Amino acid sequence: DMAELLKIESEITAFPKELFYRNRFEDTRQRENQVATRIQSWFRACKVRAYLSHLHKKAIIIQKTWRGFTARARVRQMVKAAYFIMKMNFYEEMAVRIQRRWRGFFQRKYIHNFYARKSYLEGIAAKNDLLRRELDELKKLQRRERDCLAMVKEQEAKVYQAQRLHHLISTKQCPGVFNSPFRQAPHEMELLLRQVKYQVPTRLAPRGRARPQGIPSPTALSFPGNLGSPWIKTSRTCCSRPVLSPITTKKQQQVQCPELMWGLETSYTYLEEAQNQLQQQETVRVPTETHTVYTHNDTPTHKIMLQKSYHIH
Amino acid sequence: MSMLRPLLLDVVPNIQQTAALALGRLADHSDDLAEAVVKEDILPQLVQSLASQNRFYKKAAAFVLRAVAKHSPELAQAVVACGGVDALVLCLEEFDPGVKEAAIWALGYIARHNAMLSQSVVDAGAVPLLVLCLLEPEIALKRIAASTLSDICKHTPELAQTVVDTGAIAHLAQMILNPDAKLKRQVFSALSQISKHSVSLAEMVIEAEIFPAALTSLRDQDEYVRKNVATLMREVVKHSPELSQVIINYGALSGVIDYVNDCRGNLRLPGIMMLGYLAAHSENLAMAVIISKGVPQLALCLSEESEHHIKAATVWSIGQIGHHTPEHAKVVATAHLLPKLLELYMDASSSEDLQAKSKKALKSILQKCTYVPGLEPLLYDAPSNILKHVVCQFSKVLPHDSKARRLFVTSGGLKKVQEIEAEPGSALQEHINTINNCFPEELVRYYTPGYSEALLERLDNYQSA
Repeated sequence: DMAELLKIESEITAFPKELFYRNRFEDTRQRENQVATRIQSWFRACKVRAYLSHLHKKAIIIQKTWRGFTARARVRQMVKAAYFIMKMNFYEEMAVRIQRRWRGFFQRKYIHNFYARKSYLEGIAAKNDLLRRELDELKKLQRRERDCLAMVKEQEAKVYQAQRLHHLISTKQCPGVFNSPFRQAPHEMELLLRQVKYQVPTRLAPRGRARPQGIPSPTALSFPGNLGSPWIKTSRTCCSRPVLSPITTKKQQQVQCPELMWGLETSYTYLEEAQNQLQQQETVRVPTETHTVYTHNDTPTHKIMLQKSYHIH
Repeated sequence: MSMLRPLLLDVVPNIQQTAALALGRLADHSDDLAEAVVKEDILPQLVQSLASQNRFYKKAAAFVLRAVAKHSPELAQAVVACGGVDALVLCLEEFDPGVKEAAIWALGYIARHNAMLSQSVVDAGAVPLLVLCLLEPEIALKRIAASTLSDICKHTPELAQTVVDTGAIAHLAQMILNPDAKLKRQVFSALSQISKHSVSLAEMVIEAEIFPAALTSLRDQDEYVRKNVATLMREVVKHSPELSQVIINYGALSGVIDYVNDCRGNLRLPGIMMLGYLAAHSENLAMAVIISKGVPQLALCLSEESEHHIKAATVWSIGQIGHHTPEHAKVVATAHLLPKLLELYMDASSSEDLQAKSKKALKSILQKCTYVPGLEPLLYDAPSNILKHVVCQFSKVLPHDSKARRLFVTSGGLKKVQEIEAEPGSALQEHINTINNCFPEELVRYYTPGYSEALLERLDNYQSA
């Protein structure tokens, strides 16, 4: 009993102490719990962090080696490409130089040939001069021909006058009008009068009209290698016009001047017939002496024949 | 008129012929009388009797038809409407050359007016008969046949092709050497009307080898022969450079230039236009014209002629020659043509056509001209639209050529350029700036207008230290 009492009393006195002792951490339980939680969480985080940083480091190592590998591969490729491009540039540069020289040469030789152009222009100038000279010569020839014809006409007129004035010729007794005793020599008209034979005057138009038409001029030049027609020649009538006419009969005169017979002739080929007859007349007249009272040796129309083919189409 | 009509039906043939002749002369005289002849219905009667009567009547009747048809297209149409064309074509088959000549003449006057009438003449089958008439020995017949062919061909290419298909070109080409001047006129006129329509027709004309022979006719006595040869050459040249080259190879350039030199007035026109067409094709043909001394000749024409259309053609030709390269422009400039062109452009009394052409020619030549002494006179009088081209050319030339710069300054050109007022930012101002940049600043300032006043002001404000 006393022991139990003491025990109980000690228990009673020890009880609050025990209680206090057992619950001494109650007020700080929560805080300590929080602290413990915090510490534990921090520690776990540390663990995780360490693990993660380990992982990171390893990942970095892997990535580092991989990147280095691919980069070196790429660089190698780039170097190859750059080398290739450098080579190509060089080749292209050389090709450009070659093409430049070639194109310049080709163009200068064939397309824009300076010397060809120069010779072309010189050729044109030469041809111009040639044509000018030829045209000048042609003009001279034509003028000479015209002068010749004019002279012929004039002479014909004089002869005609002489024929009409045949009675003014001087006789043995009495000097004529043109043969005045005070002159040194007789006038040319006097000489003509002596030469001309009297002819019965007819109402003929001057025989110059009987020249057949359609014949080109005697001085039509043919340019070398062109129209191909040789020197075109005229009829003999040109030369024989000034011939003092031998006394011809009326019939012959009619034949020689077909135009007069225009109204009467209705044959379609009368012109050809007349020309044939004219030619025959001339071939007959060849042996007769012709008094040419002037010379016209400088015209090229000396020896001529009718060129038949021209006006029979 | 009404009294003459019954006389046409008279028994005595002589009276009929004389009546017809009288009618013809009346109709020939004037327009109204011809209309009166048509109104009195005389034409159908004439046409009917054309078939049956003798050749003197036919000649007189053809004369009446010709006299009526020549005045106007409507009268010609009236002649066609009463069957005149067929009757005339029947006359062409006669033997008598006088009848043929009168019939062809009438057909020629009908065909002259317009394409439709020519077509009706061709439809009646006249063309082969005309070509046969070309071969006849009578000169008058050849002349009138050539003239009618020329009138038919001139309207449309199809008509020309019809004529060519009957082989007319070969016969016309043979007649070129004929001494008769009027025949040559008509032959060349016919050939030029044929060749003017298209390249193929022109080529056919050239293939007939007329060319060296035609050039001899350039010195013919008759001026219309020369004019027609020049027209023929112009029509051939205008189609293509190859044809022009063929013609030039015969030395035609000297012929044409001598021709332009010799004649005056309207006759020069085909020669001038031929030079223009030649130069227009290509640069080396233009150079060929220059070598043959075409430019001095054209300058002479420009100064001698007074008619505006001839001047316009000359100006156009000069423009065509000068606009190819700086070489060509230099030749034109050395012939002192640029101030002339400017003057023609500025002259208020020039016709509009002349002004437009001279402006165009001036612009096109200026754009290639780098010859400084030639450009300078233009600085002074030109209006602003020409001036900008001139200044532009200076701005191209001056930066590179120091001698030209010196010349520019000493001749007063720089002074003039400073005096030009231009809106800032315009092309003119830019060119002026380019020019100013070629010279040292002091020089530019020296020549700016008002510089002397600026110097005097500085003098006034100067206080000696």
